Amino acid sequence: MAATDNKQPDQRGGFWNDSGKAGIGSWIFSTDHKRIGLLYFYSTFGFFLVGVLLGLLLRIELMAPGRTIMGPQTYNALFTVHGVVMIFLFIIPGFQGSFGNLVMPIQIGARDVSFPRLNLFSWWIYMIGALVVLTALFTGGGPPDTGWTFYVPFSARTGTNVSLAVLGVFIIGFSSILTGINFVTTIHRLRAEGMGWYRLPLFTWSLYATAWIQILATPILAITLVLIIAERLLGTGLFDPGQGGDPVMFQHLFWIYSHPAVYIMILPAMGVISDIIPVFSRKPIFGYKMIVFSSIAIAAAGSLVWGHHMFTSGMSDTAVLVFSFLTFVVAIPSAIKVFNWVSTLYRGSISLEAPMLFALTFILLFSIGGLSGLILGAAATDIHVHDTHFVVGHFHYVMFGGTGFAFFAAMHYWLPKFYGRRYAEKPALVAWGLMFVGFNILYFTMQVLGMKGMPRRYYDYLPEFADLNLVATIGSWILAVGLLIMVINLFRGLWWGVPFEGNPWGGATLEWSVPTPPPTENFEQEPVVTHGPYDFKGTGIP
Amino acid sequence: MKSENSSAHILSYGKLVATWLTLLALTALTVAITRLDLGSYKVWGALAIACLKSGLVIAIFMHMRYEGRLLRLLLFVALLTLSIFIGFTFFDVLYR
Amino acid sequence: MSQPHHKDYAGAKLGMWLFLFTELLLFGGMFILYAVYLARYPHEFAAGGKQLHWVMGTVNTVILLTSSLFVAMAVTALQRGEVRRTIGLISGTIICAAGFLVIKYFEWSAKIGHGIFPGSPHLKEGPPGESVFFSLYYMTTGIHGLHVVIGSILLAWIALKVKHGSVHSGDYVLLENGALYWHLVDLIWIFIFPLYYLVL
Repeated sequence: MAATDNKQPDQRGGFWNDSGKAGIGSWIFSTDHKRIGLLYFYSTFGFFLVGVLLGLLLRIELMAPGRTIMGPQTYNALFTVHGVVMIFLFIIPGFQGSFGNLVMPIQIGARDVSFPRLNLFSWWIYMIGALVVLTALFTGGGPPDTGWTFYVPFSARTGTNVSLAVLGVFIIGFSSILTGINFVTTIHRLRAEGMGWYRLPLFTWSLYATAWIQILATPILAITLVLIIAERLLGTGLFDPGQGGDPVMFQHLFWIYSHPAVYIMILPAMGVISDIIPVFSRKPIFGYKMIVFSSIAIAAAGSLVWGHHMFTSGMSDTAVLVFSFLTFVVAIPSAIKVFNWVSTLYRGSISLEAPMLFALTFILLFSIGGLSGLILGAAATDIHVHDTHFVVGHFHYVMFGGTGFAFFAAMHYWLPKFYGRRYAEKPALVAWGLMFVGFNILYFTMQVLGMKGMPRRYYDYLPEFADLNLVATIGSWILAVGLLIMVINLFRGLWWGVPFEGNPWGGATLEWSVPTPPPTENFEQEPVVTHGPYDFKGTGIP
Repeated sequence: MKSENSSAHILSYGKLVATWLTLLALTALTVAITRLDLGSYKVWGALAIACLKSGLVIAIFMHMRYEGRLLRLLLFVALLTLSIFIGFTFFDVLYR
Repeated sequence: MSQPHHKDYAGAKLGMWLFLFTELLLFGGMFILYAVYLARYPHEFAAGGKQLHWVMGTVNTVILLTSSLFVAMAVTALQRGEVRRTIGLISGTIICAAGFLVIKYFEWSAKIGHGIFPGSPHLKEGPPGESVFFSLYYMTTGIHGLHVVIGSILLAWIALKVKHGSVHSGDYVLLENGALYWHLVDLIWIFIFPLYYLVL
């Protein structure tokens, strides 16, 4: 195990050293799911920080009406790239790639995933795709200015580097598909003896449901992106009314993927929360099977509601009705999870450490985002708030307040196990507090601005919105400071902090039963599972 | 390590050729059906035969007939998903 | 300490089928567009279909069905340890693929020679529905053709492994999976054929 005062990563033990290989080649050509998980973690989290920077720049521009630090073309490019980076380079690949890879095989009692080389290949494809996207920003006509949604007709006509950017996203899509295939196969085939489906940790269940969406929905994105390129380079005119095409069909194809994609973003996050809450309440999760059912239901029902992004597009009234109704249906399984998490807390023995604090915050922020989602899902009210900052507030609540905070929770919960060292608690709590305050000042203000009528993706706005925009920007600075403290505290702790050994959190899932850090093979012998994932009493853990 | 391959089901050449002949016959039928004056039902007729042909390819050539329930269920899920994508799009397109 | 890693035959097959589902959905996206535009432009689609050579389409259908037969027989052959026959059958599949692509080449060049290609002035001047029909035709058959090429390369590589002995009667899942991929290519064409060539 790691000695108290050494600072060398190669003396951490476990999978860091036991393969006998060293150097960068032993990492970027490794087929060990833990190394690949860390590769994904650093690359996706790195892109998250880039996205944060872009967001802060946007907020500075929006601080006051008129031009503040940039012109309109730059602004359009900036919000496009902010979206592309956050969505395709961080949120979609992030959870599956990093924590899915790090933790899931150990949670099911396996040595690795079903296709370890494919796993490595997935990461390489992700990096190549990311590189292509980055290249698109600095070549040709410059970064795309269409918004991350690439709507026609603008995306077919703009002179910016849409084709290359979209090609990069296409490549990253392959990474997502291959990871999905790998995870479904792994969870079906490599569970240890005694690890029946209803003994799986809920994080693994969430990864399973997510993997299915990756398999079934991502190909539609792939063909949609190819069709944009064809529209631009070949003049196919499939979405051009002048050639018989229908621009609304682009929106259908785009959202058939991109709506399920938001469930790719949220399901693993919900899975983390389902794993963390029981551990820090010392109580089994309330309604395990209902949470499993709700994860599958969200994946399934989430594939039926894409039209709710298109209420004002010129779609038929019938479609508006159907999609609005189904949108309310898909809210139900999410609500089930919230009720079950809260019920788990009831009469639990709660300890408010950083993972738990982030997890509890997830419940609050995700619920707020979910409620604003209902306002958006009701077609009548959506007419008023569509394409305003109300929408921007909504999705930041669910994706940042939800997935983002769950990602931070997972970082504090699991990374110490893989490093053998931990962060300092007090700075983590301070960071959390600042982020919580800053986040709500920033995004709740947006919900108000949206209700008042401030459009999204506009470079400028009416003077009556100026005060609230200034407030929002100040919120973004508080949030950024909190983020900075969190990042510094976490990484300083992982590299040089207090040793973290064994099972200090008292988890009952298999990743807590292996040495710290886990050895390359995870288990000396394949484990035989005799208890459920939240069966604290059964394991003798107090 | 003894792999599980050796106990797998082996399809005889005869069965494969018989399937192929059936597929050829169905192809001829597809062409014939579209020569008839059935109006818009031509498309549905041709599609129905295409479904039959693909069913044969999946069941015999791709061995699905001899696979377990899981794989068949998963294929059904994939096909259902595609049908929903097409069907729900028509909620819009048909009623504009 | 560590046990030898067994090969997971069922897992490999499951993984391949999952990949085939993604291909199904990929082409499915183009079929969504086809369905919508067929409903909107039934006459123009029929007119477009008439301009395609149904004989060539039928021949190509027969070629692909035969190629599927050959690769399915190749799996049986390898299961029985008949290595030479296996390689011969896989070669037959690839030859069929080449035939398919040659016919495709003639079809495309004929059309392009007549000024029928995406964004062409001829299509721009004609009825909009016909432009849509041909854009979809080129995209769908183009991406399908790409898969024919990829499948051929994949099968050629597998044939080499069979020759080399690393794919054999005790471990042939690679050939089986390659065959599955090939059958998918055939399946897509089974739908392309009536929808484009026979919508008369």
